[in-house]
Amino acid sequence: MLDLLAGFVTELRNAGLPVSLTENLDAMEALQHIPIEDREAFKYALAATMVKNNAHWRAFETVFEVYFSIRGPEYKITDGDESELDEMWREMQEQMRQGEGKGAAGGSMDSMTPEEIAQMLMNALMKGDQAMMRALAKQSVQRFAGMEPGRPVGGTYYLYRTLRNLDLDGMLDKLMEASRQEVGGELTPLEERLEKDEYTDRIEQFKKEIEAEIRRRLVADRGAEAMAKTLRKPLPEDVEFMHASRDEMQNLKKALGPLTRKLAARLARKRRHGRKGPLDFRSTVRHSLSYGGVPAEPKFKYPRPAKPELMVIADISGSVAAFARFTLMLVYALQGQFSKVRSFVFIDGIDEVTEFFKSTEDVQEAVHRVNTEADVVWVDGHSDYGHAFEVFWERYGKTIGPKTTVLLLGDARNNYHASQAWVVKEIQDRARHVYWLNPEPKSYWNTGDSIVGEYATHTDGVFEVRNLRQLEAFVEKLA
Amino acid sequence: MGDRFESVQQVRDGLKAVNYLADEGIAGVAFLADRLGKPILVEGPAGTGKTQLAKSIAEATGSRLIRLQCYEGLDESKALYEWNYKKQLLRIQADRGSESWGEISDDIFSNEFLLTRPLLEAITADDPVVLLIDEVDRVEVETEALLLEILSEYQVSIPELGTITAKQIPMVFLTSNNTRELSEALKRRCLFLHVDYPDMEREKEIVLTKVPGVTENLADQIARIVRSIRQLDLKKAPSVSETIDWARTLVLLGIENIEAQQAKETLHILLKYQTDIAKAAKELSVDK
Repeated sequence: MLDLLAGFVTELRNAGLPVSLTENLDAMEALQHIPIEDREAFKYALAATMVKNNAHWRAFETVFEVYFSIRGPEYKITDGDESELDEMWREMQEQMRQGEGKGAAGGSMDSMTPEEIAQMLMNALMKGDQAMMRALAKQSVQRFAGMEPGRPVGGTYYLYRTLRNLDLDGMLDKLMEASRQEVGGELTPLEERLEKDEYTDRIEQFKKEIEAEIRRRLVADRGAEAMAKTLRKPLPEDVEFMHASRDEMQNLKKALGPLTRKLAARLARKRRHGRKGPLDFRSTVRHSLSYGGVPAEPKFKYPRPAKPELMVIADISGSVAAFARFTLMLVYALQGQFSKVRSFVFIDGIDEVTEFFKSTEDVQEAVHRVNTEADVVWVDGHSDYGHAFEVFWERYGKTIGPKTTVLLLGDARNNYHASQAWVVKEIQDRARHVYWLNPEPKSYWNTGDSIVGEYATHTDGVFEVRNLRQLEAFVEKLA
Repeated sequence: MGDRFESVQQVRDGLKAVNYLADEGIAGVAFLADRLGKPILVEGPAGTGKTQLAKSIAEATGSRLIRLQCYEGLDESKALYEWNYKKQLLRIQADRGSESWGEISDDIFSNEFLLTRPLLEAITADDPVVLLIDEVDRVEVETEALLLEILSEYQVSIPELGTITAKQIPMVFLTSNNTRELSEALKRRCLFLHVDYPDMEREKEIVLTKVPGVTENLADQIARIVRSIRQLDLKKAPSVSETIDWARTLVLLGIENIEAQQAKETLHILLKYQTDIAKAAKELSVDK
């Protein structure tokens, strides 16, 4: 047990969770107070003592599943003994026979046809029958995934194979159809929506069961350590913008909310708690009146750092779009920390999108409008920094003042067009600061058609911003 | 250490008896906190019953609840203890000339002149207490250090008096809305509990226990609609307390079965931003 826990903690640390020695000891002590065979309690005991940040929960859960998945009676991998399942199956058939008067051959689950499995799954989903869903997940993995011991493919491959055979999207439609029939006629839109959410939720659950089952089998095959390594995922704040999967994007979005709140609170505090400035003579004299003219309480001027005016110019072409989106979202969420924010987006043409953000409180919607409505294509829709900058300078160059901070976002992959770096130089002359944020790793800069170096000479700094952590650090420095 | 509870199940039952429906995680961590004698740091979105948890534990164990509301600028004279200067002055003046300085100074720094503030009060209490340190993320990082001694050792050091150790270990809850990262030192001393929005079943149960006169059918509908709304991308998702308010409203209006129209008209109880309301109204009525 101790060995296992030690391995578990090591893996948590490898995944990026800061587990200190005292926390480790606490976990050991906590385990003495709970029934060790209760899996849930075991999990919460470990989580409460070792995971102190909710964003790390997912990482913890993955590691936990890997290390403790094949322990516990209900999670045993069963190939032969499926008596319980068979019983359920027979019961189901009984019901069907009574219901439809049609006799399907009773038998064990292994002999079922795929259609029968689908039928059973549908029933289970309709009723939200947990045990049944788990059993079916097991069965379908065993049947469809075609897992072979020792084969070096990832879990996603098996997952894909299993899901392809189950056709869960079609299942949703069928379920909706069934519940419509049950009511006898049309559902109101509200009911329809609720039913749909309910079923989507259950199907999600079922998918999770399947994933868990595949993982269990893989762990049994390869051992926990090897498995943990392949499953190790970066924490949300470390996910790279440019290579985030759809799932990770969702998590990033979720992580952005609390992060901006924290950042805003921190920035506001920073502004207020500046160090004391020089003596404020007027105020001191005014307050001295209450002490009979004795200046007993000296008053100081507090420096009020000016809020910067911000101009964001972002490349929103394919690969860097996600990065631009996150930066815009973050900047607008922090609007209060800047005196004015204007934003421009470009691919090879450039367009101002400030209005999109002004007309709605909802940043998500604004970003959506930016993607669909902004007029950013000039010739062919391939990034052309040179032309975009040129047009920018022509149209908006005059509005840049000594208070303006200009942010340029992009990877500077210019498709071998002219760089027009003089524009950046002109901007730098007029503006307070010019910064370039590049979502590419530093080692890729100036390779291929990237000409970030050429622009960099005219900026006050180029920053590598690959993940939320780096973005946060930059914005804090900025405001 | 503590023996307020026998088992996790007992925590759940105890909480249930005072109308707080805990899930496995909440009850489990509360049980562990009691056993290990450690404080619990409760984190989660606003309105999910973090503060209520502490109150309910106090009620379930028959303890007195001592509450310290945190805010920016909180200092030790408001959190720990303070000397009662006026009384000290009076004491000095009353004895003028009769005693030597040494005697007086010994005398004025004694328990009699000490004003206990919540933290010290929780430590010195004779009866069982639950200490609630609310919204701990509002104090500055430096002020957090005030809490460290009491959280790990259950003692308070007063320079003039020495160290006061707890007579019994109180249950301590710290709540945080996560507006800033708490320091490692504080986190390390606590068990961590994240309280999220309840799942549909539990929310339904909560509505049923908290709202008198609600029918099973209505509670079910409410829970399902709220879950759908929470899945939308909103500025502020409806909290549990808002769900309860909404349920109360519906009961008052005598609604048994929620229609889309009625849902739309009462949405402003669940959601507090105009954009959120518009979005939810649109989502709930659009036929897909």
